[in-house]
Amino acid sequence: MRRLGRWAIAGAVLLVGRGQRRRQLPPPEPVVDAWEPAPRAELLVAGLLLLAAALAVAFIVIYAGGADTQLLGLALGLCFGTLAVASIVTAFRLTPPEEAEEPYPERFHSTEVAEVEQIASESGRPLTRRRLLGLTAGSAGLALGVALLAPVASLGPVFDTNQLRREPWRRGVRLVDSEGRVLRADDIELDTLHTAFPEGANPEILASPIVVVRVEPARLDLPVGRRNWAPGGIVAYSKVCTHAGCAVALYRAPHFEPSRPRPALVCPCHYSTFDPATGGTVLFGPAGRPLPQLPLAVGPKGELIALGGFSGAVGPSWSGVRE
Amino acid sequence: MIRRATRFLDERAGAAPFLRKALRYVFPDHWSFLLGEIALYSFVVLVLTGIYLTLFFEPSLKDTVYHGSYEPLQGQKMSEAYRSVVDISFKVNAGLLIRQTHHWAADVFVVAIVLHLLRVFFTGAFRKPRDYSVVMSVPIVGASLAVLVWGAGYPGIPSFEGRMYIAHVFLLPIAIAVLLSLHLLLVVARHHTQFPGPKRTERRVVGLPMVPGYVPRTLGLALAVAAVLVLLGGLVQINPIWQWGPYSVANGTNGAQPDWYLGWLIGALRLMPGFDVTIGDYTLVPNPFWGGVLFPMLVFAFLFAWPTIERRRTDDRDVHNLLDHPSDMSWRTAVGASVFSFVAVVFLAGSMDRIAVSVGVPYTWQIWIFRAGLLVVPPLVFVVTRRICSELSERKWSEVEPSMARE
Repeated sequence: MRRLGRWAIAGAVLLVGRGQRRRQLPPPEPVVDAWEPAPRAELLVAGLLLLAAALAVAFIVIYAGGADTQLLGLALGLCFGTLAVASIVTAFRLTPPEEAEEPYPERFHSTEVAEVEQIASESGRPLTRRRLLGLTAGSAGLALGVALLAPVASLGPVFDTNQLRREPWRRGVRLVDSEGRVLRADDIELDTLHTAFPEGANPEILASPIVVVRVEPARLDLPVGRRNWAPGGIVAYSKVCTHAGCAVALYRAPHFEPSRPRPALVCPCHYSTFDPATGGTVLFGPAGRPLPQLPLAVGPKGELIALGGFSGAVGPSWSGVRE
Repeated sequence: MIRRATRFLDERAGAAPFLRKALRYVFPDHWSFLLGEIALYSFVVLVLTGIYLTLFFEPSLKDTVYHGSYEPLQGQKMSEAYRSVVDISFKVNAGLLIRQTHHWAADVFVVAIVLHLLRVFFTGAFRKPRDYSVVMSVPIVGASLAVLVWGAGYPGIPSFEGRMYIAHVFLLPIAIAVLLSLHLLLVVARHHTQFPGPKRTERRVVGLPMVPGYVPRTLGLALAVAAVLVLLGGLVQINPIWQWGPYSVANGTNGAQPDWYLGWLIGALRLMPGFDVTIGDYTLVPNPFWGGVLFPMLVFAFLFAWPTIERRRTDDRDVHNLLDHPSDMSWRTAVGASVFSFVAVVFLAGSMDRIAVSVGVPYTWQIWIFRAGLLVVPPLVFVVTRRICSELSERKWSEVEPSMARE
């Protein structure tokens, strides 16, 4: 009997509650501004989205059928492009141009700042030897930091300076071209730049590549002590620029009048310009010292040979490297 | 549906309050605020295309002989790295599209980030409380340049290329992504700046809320950036290395020019008078240091130090949420324009050889013209900018309120 009564009360409450809940829901305050519907813009967006889908499918088809770069780029680029237009139409026609306002964040939170300071100072109160702990923690951190970085040294040596200083040129070494053919004095014509290497040595060593040119003997004006370094006006210099180490790959030797500057070896990187007739001295540009010269001689069969090593250090002027 | 999804998220991550706030996060509106977004979106394209390329690129300087579909290189000796790039261009389907899009994305990224930097400088957006979001962004520029430099590939000892590659695809992109995220977090934490206007004050920010207005706009921008980059990648050739042939260290056959964004360093190296600092036979400071190291360091130091310099000069320690019109801040605008013109002249000097070829002014004359330009142009730009700024600002104020015109 009591049970039945409870069931009845529960049923009544449920029934009444259902009705009330439905009545209680007021419409919420609008957050987003109202904006006119634009059914035609919606149609346009839908059309653009379909077009984008078609272009994406076209991309797959082009990819499968040979993948022509231009067509692929067109399909994918236009697909992104149509999607972009669809987004922008949505933005300007289907969303309200709202001017919402928001406060900038507080400059700082004064309570929390004070509390952080308080927590820090209260936590540190039992410490009596702060300086000692600070110094020891600092040294432990520093030592550990260095220790953890130490394995990086296994990457080295980054700059193998011995490699840079290796001298492949010695008295009697013959000059060969990049294919390994021996260069003869007759091969060297006026106004032509030749690149040569020491026979039998690794051509990739810094001091290996040299440039060889023939200068009119009357123009030669080499420094004292280099009188016999240029047989028939043929001179050789290191091909590595003394400025930043680029290849001295240009030879300024024009054949036309009226402006006729003296023939010069030029580095195309920063246009350091060297005079082959005067021992590689700097005519112009940022290089700080002359190109190192290699003494030459002509062998019994007319082949070019080195008479010894370079007149100075090969390569850019790193710290310590000088003539 | 949406209620159920939100509740799902809220019960598990407590995300509803954050979501509610984020949906109505206010974006102040100005075209110049989009430059940063363009940089961000091109970075996304850069990373996605880059990941694809790593699957095909081989960072090895080992010698190999080319036997592929590109006839002119048939049978030539080259490095594995060079061969793999030629293969990406000719053998991998869509490889050339992705590779060229990657290169274009890098170029657009650099341009957008530099323009963004200029916008922040000239509008005073770097002042407190945003000084550190700016400090964060200077290394972003630096790291980006580093990636680009390392991306160019170095000849050298064999293990060198591999390590450069790790730096290019792993270390530096992660560094950029981390700095970029921190930068964006700081921007959100202090909210975006705005130009002054009705209702726009130091305390209240006015603009378009994230939903429904801003999301389709920024999505449109992101898609437009992707569209332009992919169209460039598909239609406009860039860096056709197969035309230049493999590089041989020994022969020093380089027709390769550095990319344009290094022009300011090349220009500095070329303009520098030729001297080394020496003690006897000992080279203390080699010449390339001045243009290649000191000059970029000074430019970055200027950017780093500027917020402090200006605070010292104006003694202004206030919080600023409103931007300046460049004309109202004639001193800052003039200094900025003058420094920028200095870098721009050096940048132009980086193409002196191209100018000599196309215009015919001898290189040796240009050196002196540009050196003179470095002394003349920046002070001139300073004076002229200052004058233009004060006149513009005076005119503006006298239109607003004649009595407020400066005496």
